[in-house]
Amino acid sequence: MTDMDQFKRTYFEECGELLGDVESTLSEMRDAGATADGLNAVFRGVHTIKGGGGAFGFEDLVTFAHGYETLLDMLRDGRVDCTTEIVDLLLRANDIVAGLVGAAESGESLGEDYGADIKSKIEAAISGDAPSDAAASQVDVPQNASSADDGGIKTYIVEFIPNLDLLQNASEPLLLIRQLGSLGEIVSEVIADKVPSLDELNPEEVFLTWRFILKSDCSEEEIREVFEFVEDDCVLKISVDSEVVPEAAEDSEPEAVESTPAADVEPKVAQVKTAPPAGQAPTKAPAVSSMRVDLDKVDRMVNMVGELVITQAMIQEQLRNSTVEMSAELERGLEDLTHHTRELQESVMAIRAQPVKSVFARMPRLVRELSETLEKEVKIVTSGEDTEVDKTVVEQLGDPLMHMIRNSVDHGIEMPDDREAAGKPREGTVHLSAEHRSGRIVISIQDDGAGINRERVLGKAREKGLIGKNDVLSDEEIDNLIFHPGFSTAQTVSNVSGRGVGMDVVKQNIRNMGGRINIDNEPGQGTKFSLSLPLTLAVLDGMVIGVGEEIYILPLTNIIETLRPVEKDVNALVGCFDVLSIRGEYVPILYVRDVFGIKNAKQDITKSLVVLVETEDSKKIGLVVDEMLGQSQVVIKSLEANYQAIHGVSGATILGSGRVALILDVIGLSDLIGSQSDQKNLEKLVVTKSKSNDDIVAEDRTQVV
Amino acid sequence: MSKKVMFVDDSKTIREMLDFTLKGAGYETLQGEDGVDALQVLGDNKMDVIITDLNMPNMDGITLIKKLREHPVHRSTPILVLTTESQTEKKMEGKQAGATGWIVKPFTPDKLLATIDRVII
Repeated sequence: MTDMDQFKRTYFEECGELLGDVESTLSEMRDAGATADGLNAVFRGVHTIKGGGGAFGFEDLVTFAHGYETLLDMLRDGRVDCTTEIVDLLLRANDIVAGLVGAAESGESLGEDYGADIKSKIEAAISGDAPSDAAASQVDVPQNASSADDGGIKTYIVEFIPNLDLLQNASEPLLLIRQLGSLGEIVSEVIADKVPSLDELNPEEVFLTWRFILKSDCSEEEIREVFEFVEDDCVLKISVDSEVVPEAAEDSEPEAVESTPAADVEPKVAQVKTAPPAGQAPTKAPAVSSMRVDLDKVDRMVNMVGELVITQAMIQEQLRNSTVEMSAELERGLEDLTHHTRELQESVMAIRAQPVKSVFARMPRLVRELSETLEKEVKIVTSGEDTEVDKTVVEQLGDPLMHMIRNSVDHGIEMPDDREAAGKPREGTVHLSAEHRSGRIVISIQDDGAGINRERVLGKAREKGLIGKNDVLSDEEIDNLIFHPGFSTAQTVSNVSGRGVGMDVVKQNIRNMGGRINIDNEPGQGTKFSLSLPLTLAVLDGMVIGVGEEIYILPLTNIIETLRPVEKDVNALVGCFDVLSIRGEYVPILYVRDVFGIKNAKQDITKSLVVLVETEDSKKIGLVVDEMLGQSQVVIKSLEANYQAIHGVSGATILGSGRVALILDVIGLSDLIGSQSDQKNLEKLVVTKSKSNDDIVAEDRTQVV
Repeated sequence: MSKKVMFVDDSKTIREMLDFTLKGAGYETLQGEDGVDALQVLGDNKMDVIITDLNMPNMDGITLIKKLREHPVHRSTPILVLTTESQTEKKMEGKQAGATGWIVKPFTPDKLLATIDRVII
């Protein structure tokens, strides 16, 4: 079925409803007398049928409905009295419309004179009762005077003097200029002498006027059409410049042309006081304020700029390390290069940045539809829609966000009666917001529903064998079970959510984007999901750290502080991990050398550095590294695309030296010691790594403990 | 980034056709069935253009336009009214209420897109 067929089907369905409504309204009016509301409703129905009929080219229907509609319009205005006879006539007219709609649907022809008697009665009613207004519906067929236009190129001088309040209706002079420019070759000049001083200037008023010299073969009518919408909001003067038109008579008498009627386009010399002589090259039209660019082109540019950043870093490093003495000029040149590359990169990124609005805007409809399906009362409140983030992030955000909103409406918000019983307003609220927070975008979805029922989650998890019978879980761990693959607590599987493929996929999607989800659950009060995402997936501000001979990048956003530990602050938890006491707080520490099995790394922790990092879900761990080599902005290269995913590593980059460095994934690392279930993992990991350099580690351990 | 268009019409046929045409041209769309519905659906979501029918139940197009022009978010959004050819006075009424321009029904997809292009930055 083609789209057109689909539209037609919708149309005929709609006609069926409308005809029924119109008939019942008319029947009521016949019994109880006409009302303004009733006439309005009937008019609307007929108008809609006519409008759709016009779109599909049902001429007979449109012609008949037009007369019908005109009569209804006059009845509404009181130009024709709504007598019982008229209502009867309307009812019969309705039957004719129904017949015509039916004929249009089946494709048969009813003949020329179908409904002719009713039509003539309608015409009689229209013309008989109000002859003076009868013509009202006939006016406004603009005389498309093709003028004396012989098709040659003319030079028009168009003066556009907007009224102060032109902008009130969101009219945009730039667009008019752009459109005018599309007619031919245009030179525009802005006359700004009416602009008042800054303290008197109202930014919502237009003080500028424009003068255009347009070379085009179009008619004056076409020029006027450009200004059709603002006809009443401006003074428009159009004239033909005879100086440039060779065949124009030497008409020496200047004459200002005031909004001339369409047909009047004889060449005339314009008198424009402020304008310089034509031909003295006024400024080029600032016609375009935005342009559409193929995304591929932008991406190519982003990539190239990425490579440029790497190259720039490489040159700098090579020069620094070389024995060649750097002159002050070279030094300055390098500095400028660094500065400009950075700026270039930021501007390129800004091209790709877009507000999350486009994703947020889809949500109100989703919530409306969901609440209808689920018979709940839910409203959505959004804020921070203007928060900008990389296009890729915006694009990938749509699905997870939709899933989460669905989850909130379906599982979070209770039925209206239950809400009332719990002392809450019947209408539930889902609050969707976005904000920038320390170099990331944080999107939160907060509902005022029942919150996550921890007992039920726990029961379900045990039943499904996701956790052991006797495992003791913290509240936070229970909440996070909802992200477990195959988990769904919905009593019945609804077609909204609850197929158990929801939240784990959401979490996976978010993690793939380098983001984290955090749950804030208050049973009875509601749930808040916070997504924290990087602003861009292409570059990263990182700290370059060295472990042994290896170099890693640690995302700057994760780093809280760096410290050199004192021996007495380091304690070993038997069979688990070491902890470091930092100002009375115990933080688990992870030896990067052990995680990646690096030899030649410093073994004495008091000679190493501990980088205190925090994951997006506020877990703190200390990473033991050898040294900090400095801060650097790196271009992220996907590890999965080039190799395969590695736990604890989020990507790779190429350093200025040309070396490849891995970018550490703090949350992945914290997972190694973070949750209890993963601790054995860590032990295993530590044990296997230890075996590789057995003796030294053993020695090291004793030292530390 | 795709531009966002909201259209308000009580006819499902018109809505579906607008939706099809606009989505096909790469716009994002929001729909409203009448003025009240439109305001609710719209909320604070900034549109690039809003297209509205004039004659609708609950809240007509003129009232909707006036409300939008008083709205902190939508006061400067271009608004196009849908009118039929015979309704010169409707165009003017719409314009006075704050509409930016109009689209004359029936319209072809090309005409619709061209008219939107005239008011959208």
